[in-house]
Amino acid sequence: MHNFSFSRPARRPAWFAVRGQIGRREYWMLALVGLVVPLLLWWSLSASGLVTKVFMPGPADVWNRAVLWFREDDLLGDIGISVYRVVAAWGLSALIAIPLGLAIGTYRPVQALLEPLTDFIRYMPAVAFIPLVMLWIGITEGSKIAIIWIGTFFQMVLMVAEDVRRVPMAQIETAQTMGARRSEIVSLVLLPAAKPAILDTLRVTMGWAWTYLVVAELVAANSGLGYAILRAQRFLQTDKIFAGIIIIGLIGLLLDQLFRALHRKAFPWLYLR
Amino acid sequence: MALSAVRAPKIQLRQVRKVFDAHEQGMVALQNVDLDVSANEFVTLVGASGCGKSTLLRIIGGLEYATRGDVLIDGHGVLGPGSDRAMVFQHYSLYPWLRVMENIKFSRRLQANRGELTSSEVEAASGRADALLNVMGLSNAADKYPNQLSGGMQQRVAIARALLPRPQVLLMDEPFGALDAQTREVMHDLILHVFKLERATIVFVTHDVEEAIYLGQRVVLMAPRPGRIDTIYRVPLPAQRHQDMKHAPEFLALKREILQRIRETSGMKTDLELLEKLSHSVSISSLRTQG
Ligand SMILES: Nc1ncnc2c1ncn2[C@@H]1O[C@H](COP(=O)(O)OP(=O)(O)OP(=O)(O)O)[C@@H](O)[C@H]1O
Ligand SMILES: [Mg+2]
Repeated sequence: MHNFSFSRPARRPAWFAVRGQIGRREYWMLALVGLVVPLLLWWSLSASGLVTKVFMPGPADVWNRAVLWFREDDLLGDIGISVYRVVAAWGLSALIAIPLGLAIGTYRPVQALLEPLTDFIRYMPAVAFIPLVMLWIGITEGSKIAIIWIGTFFQMVLMVAEDVRRVPMAQIETAQTMGARRSEIVSLVLLPAAKPAILDTLRVTMGWAWTYLVVAELVAANSGLGYAILRAQRFLQTDKIFAGIIIIGLIGLLLDQLFRALHRKAFPWLYLR
Repeated sequence: MALSAVRAPKIQLRQVRKVFDAHEQGMVALQNVDLDVSANEFVTLVGASGCGKSTLLRIIGGLEYATRGDVLIDGHGVLGPGSDRAMVFQHYSLYPWLRVMENIKFSRRLQANRGELTSSEVEAASGRADALLNVMGLSNAADKYPNQLSGGMQQRVAIARALLPRPQVLLMDEPFGALDAQTREVMHDLILHVFKLERATIVFVTHDVEEAIYLGQRVVLMAPRPGRIDTIYRVPLPAQRHQDMKHAPEFLALKREILQRIRETSGMKTDLELLEKLSHSVSISSLRTQG
């Protein structure tokens, strides 16, 4: 009897095998549980009446407020302007950070010249730049973009440089022994080799750009999700704060999934096997 | 005179010295290295870890420069890496975003990039790429990506890619070091076959003495601290090698001799003595109870 149970081949690996695999269905089931359980907890807490609505509105309140926001307060406009600010700042960062990071990760003198400086600046709190940005740029659309840019750009440069440095030396030296010139090594080896990692860096920094949105919209904005959240605080509209936060989270989730899909589409060789 | 010019060695190393100057002190990786490798010769380098085998190979390849001394290919000084000397590394050298065929044709792509190739040359190159694919037993893998291949197949792609531009010198740094014993045996006969076909000059670094004897016409034994050439053995086997020769008495005798010498030069012997002493002294457990 015991012998049988020991000699039977394992039919499926244990769920908690280290770096183990689970099926697609199991994955989505668990993901759903992970999302639904907190929602239920939230709902039961607010329905129990233990906490007043001002502190913790229920899911229904938040939903109703979101609908109201959509109908009467131009929710789509707020979303649009916020997405624009984030994407503009992030895109501007990427436009400069990718070539700069490529140069830092490729050429040691450029690294020596720029990396310590970048490292130094990235530890400066972006929020503390608000007064300076207001002074230099004024209360324009540009100032909001500038603050998000300060929060993402310096991190992005360092991450792209690291992505480029991670390209195995053997790949570079193989090209050298085939007579590749410097520019060819950059364009035919370093860039294609680092591309998947750079796209991941873009995805992660997009998330960070969103975290700077509320801060940026502190700066005398009169539109946007962050602005709406801040104004809701003034009027003690806790349900609107909840709605704003959740909408930002959903946009982030959507963008993240888009990036992942793009990654799979652009770099199919990484997903073979 | 003409004759001596023909016989001039393909690779000449003259009093090569290499110092890695970390923290000013200077680490002498190679000292007084003299070596001649003739055209169409297969030379293997063995020696304890850290004796400078890779460094020497990389100096010939132009990926590292010699602190002092001369490195000559066909009598001309090496100024840097070049397409006359191909290099095969142990791993991570394939381009994972390119299919097998694209990897193999990478050198042609570089040339095409500069407009150095006429269309007929491009055609000839793709014919050669097909031939190499066949020789390497990769015909079914042409459209695969490197990470779909086994380690042995990946190294075959790396070798085919290195061979495509018909390099005169092929430099290999433990190319089979990560492969299992059976795959390695197959690769040995494959590389010997390629050596015969391509008439290249091969310098091959390995940890495996058996591999070094089986492949090499000469085995160069290097010693560490400072890295130098210790002994050069001529392998007493016919040019046409066969797996059975690994059991021949002269093969085994040479293997024993080289292994013995590696042990002597590497300082491993003292470690063995230390182990011996330990096992003769009081057992560890009794030491612990005394303490
Ligand atoms: N780039 C470098 N900077 C500093 N020291 C180095 C460098 N490359 C190699 N060395 C040192 O030079 C010595 C020789 O190294 P090398 O890699 O040539 O040895 P090896 O014989 O190939 O060893 P192994 O068999 O382990 O591959 C070692 O002591 C190593 O630490
Ligand atoms: Mg080595």
